[in-house]
Amino acid sequence: MEKALLSVRNLHKEFDRNTILKSIDLDVNKGEVIVIIGPSGCGKSTLLRCLNGLEEIQGGEICLDGKRLQKNAKDISSMRQKIGMVFQSYDLFPHKTILENILLAPIKVQKRTRAEAEAEALKFLEKVGLADRKDDYPRQLSGGQKQRIAIVRALIMHPVVLLLDEITAALDPEMVHEVLQVVLDLAKNGSTMLIVTHEMTFAKAIADRVLFLEHGEIVEESRDPKAFFEMPETERARQFLKSFEY
Amino acid sequence: MNPDVMISYLPLYKDALFLTMRVGWKGVVIAVLIGLIGSAILHFEIPIAKTVVSAYIQLFRNTPLLVQLFFIYFALPKIGVRISPEACGTWGLGLLGGAYMTETFRSGLENIPKIQFESAESLGMSRGQVFRYVILPQAISSSIPGLMANVIFLLKETSVFSTISLMDLMFTAKDLIGMYAKTIECLTLLVVFYLIMLLPVSILGNIVERRLRYAEFGD
Repeated sequence: MEKALLSVRNLHKEFDRNTILKSIDLDVNKGEVIVIIGPSGCGKSTLLRCLNGLEEIQGGEICLDGKRLQKNAKDISSMRQKIGMVFQSYDLFPHKTILENILLAPIKVQKRTRAEAEAEALKFLEKVGLADRKDDYPRQLSGGQKQRIAIVRALIMHPVVLLLDEITAALDPEMVHEVLQVVLDLAKNGSTMLIVTHEMTFAKAIADRVLFLEHGEIVEESRDPKAFFEMPETERARQFLKSFEY
Repeated sequence: MNPDVMISYLPLYKDALFLTMRVGWKGVVIAVLIGLIGSAILHFEIPIAKTVVSAYIQLFRNTPLLVQLFFIYFALPKIGVRISPEACGTWGLGLLGGAYMTETFRSGLENIPKIQFESAESLGMSRGQVFRYVILPQAISSSIPGLMANVIFLLKETSVFSTISLMDLMFTAKDLIGMYAKTIECLTLLVVFYLIMLLPVSILGNIVERRLRYAEFGD
C-alpha cells in the first residue's frame, strides 16, 4: 500500500482538563475523500483544527508527507500552506475585495508574482462562476458566494489536503447546493479532502471513507459509505443516522 | 459688545490660536503614537511591558490633566528636570491622550473576531503578516470614531495650559479680561476661536465616520 499523505497517530487533545480527542489514528491517502460525522461536541471540528495547527495537541503526532509536524512558526506556516482549510463562517477579509482576498496569501506568503497569482485566481473564479465579482467586497456577496470564494482562497495555495469544516452549516438551504457542487467537482478531480458535515446525502455521495466520531473517539470507520449509510455496524452510529430521519 | 475692541484683539487671539493648535496637534500625534505602541503591546501580551502599559493607562486616565501638568511643570524641576511650558503642555497632553488612545485602539483590536486571525493563519501567514494585512486595517477603521472623539477631547483640554502660563487661547482671554475688563468681548472671541479650531475636526470626523459606515454596510 502506498504511504499515507497525512497520518495521525495516537492524537490526544485536552481543553481545561476535558478530553476532547483521545487516541485518534488516521491515515489519509492521496486523492481520498474522508467524511467525518458525529453529534455536535464530538470533537470533529477540533480534529480538523488540530490538523491545521489551530489547536495545540497534548499527545500523539501528525505527519504530512512523512514529515512530523513541529511547533515552530516556520514549520507551521509551511504546513498550513499545504493543508488548506475552509471554515463554517467563510471568514473572508471584509476590508479587501474578492480578488485581494484570494491574492493576499499567494503574494505575501508564497512570494508569487502578482501577475501569475492573479491569472490563476481568475481561472479559479471562472470555475466557481464568480469571475464577474472579483472587484466586489465580501459584504456584497451572498453566503454561498462567499463560501465559494473561501474555497478558492484556500485552493490557490495549492494545498495537498483540504479541510472543510461544516462549510454549509451557516448557509440558507438553496445556497448549500452551489457550494457542494464545487466540492464535488474537486473530488472528481482527485483532491484529497477531509470533510466535516451534517449533509448526509452529500456525505454519502462524496465519501470514499466515513468516520463516525463520538466523545472524541472514532467509533466506526467504513470504507463502504453506501453500506454505512444503509446500515452502520455500531448501535451508536445507527442512532445518530436515525436522528436525521423525520 | 464693542466690535472695534474685538477687532483690535484679533491679532492676539490669532497668535494664541496658532500656539494652541501647535501644542494641541503635537500632543495628539504623540498620543496616537503612544496609543499604537501601547495597544500593540497589550494585543501581543508582551510580558512586563504589558504591565507597564496597564499601569500607565490607569495612572493617566484617573488623574486630572491639571494635576499631571503641575507635576511635570512644578514637581519635576525639583529633581532637576526642567522643561519649557510648551514642551510641558505637549507632553502632558500626549501622555494623557496616549492612555485614551491605547484604550481606543485596544478595543478596536478586540472587536476583530478571533476567526479572522484563524482564517488568515490557516493560509500560512505569520503572526506579523496577519496583524499587518488583516487585523490592523480592520482595527483602524473600527477605531476611527473613538479616535476622532479623543482628538476633540484633547484639543479642548488645551484650555488648562493657561495654568502653566502657556499663552494659549484661554490664557489670552483671561489676561485681556484682567487688564481691560472687556469680559463679553473676550469670552465671545474665545468661543469663536475654539469653534474655528474644532469645528473642522468635528465635520471631518463626521464625514470619515459616514464613509466608514458605508464601507461596512452599503455598496
